[in-house]
Amino acid sequence: MKGEPPQRVLIIVPAWNEEASIGRTIGEIRSAVPQADVLVIDDGSRDRTVAEARRHGVLVCELPYNLGVGGAMRTGYRYAQRHGYDAAVQIDADGQHDPTYLAALLEHLDSADIIIGARFATKDDPYRVRGPRRWAMIMLAFVLSRVAGTRLTDVTSGFRVANRRAIAVFAAHYPAEYLGDTVESLVIASRAGCRVTQVPVTMRVRAAGQASQSPVKAAIYLARAMVALILALVRDWSAQGEFDQSLDKVAA
Amino acid sequence: MNGTTVLGLVTAGGILILLFEMMRRRRLREKYAVLWATVAFAVVLLAVFPVILTEATDLLGLQLPSNLLFFGASVVILAMTLQHSSELGRLEERTRTLAEELALLRLELQQESQSVTDSDADADADA
Repeated sequence: MKGEPPQRVLIIVPAWNEEASIGRTIGEIRSAVPQADVLVIDDGSRDRTVAEARRHGVLVCELPYNLGVGGAMRTGYRYAQRHGYDAAVQIDADGQHDPTYLAALLEHLDSADIIIGARFATKDDPYRVRGPRRWAMIMLAFVLSRVAGTRLTDVTSGFRVANRRAIAVFAAHYPAEYLGDTVESLVIASRAGCRVTQVPVTMRVRAAGQASQSPVKAAIYLARAMVALILALVRDWSAQGEFDQSLDKVAA
Repeated sequence: MNGTTVLGLVTAGGILILLFEMMRRRRLREKYAVLWATVAFAVVLLAVFPVILTEATDLLGLQLPSNLLFFGASVVILAMTLQHSSELGRLEERTRTLAEELALLRLELQQESQSVTDSDADADADA
């Protein structure tokens, strides 16, 4: 028997210049999980993302300037923590993540702290990646499977569910650096004792802003992924966040 | 006084005057001023007593005193640049945290005023 679905779910939608797709994404989330609250984190967009999101009647949190996905997500996790949500879900505004999988992801909340909606988990996954980018993803998946102690096939997926425990970890430490929002955050969570699992999903190819397939860019991606991974593995996280703690004291 | 001494003294004096002026105009925090003043005094010391440099060169088994001077100078500059990089990183992390907090506070404020107008509307409806 599966556990009761959590009472309060917050969908965090980091958005940067997504006026074209934000409305549709919100609509999809609403019809897939009508009981969940939706919080759009506008990451310093210069277009009409904020107005579009407001028009659809969701909560909008406006960052004063672009911080990257890591900054947007930590803001979302902090909101989730302060408002006592039982689970927080990241869904990208570009429509890559299909909200209809959410129910399947949320079902695992009683057995895991973090549930990743993962590509490449089944043989018939239509999402294909080639060359150095593919090697990078395989290497990252291999190493992080060891760190997390479970088989993971897609650690760069942003489509993930976090329970209260993981929200608390992410609200304190969520890196803003390259690949930090996906790879490094998983390392941090695993080190903090969070149980990680994955659910196979099919992701849609991004409508706009196709991820680069040029070999040079893919090779750079591989190199940066290696650096990000090594840094994530050797970093001492307890030293971080002294400033945050003092801020939390002010807030309390 | 030979040329090296004059050059050293003028440079060190210039740095000290600049430091004093920048501190006076609150353009420089003490922690950096102390650092640069130490550098300036070291230059004065070397200009007045060049024997320190030649002695040290012999002690370390180097050929030219100027090599030691350049090596020492580049190490000092490297250390200070590294310190600045780390300071910059810390500041970035802090502004990031502040930006996030600011965004959250703005949202709270909006919700607050929303609920106030909502309850006003309710009160109007009741009346």
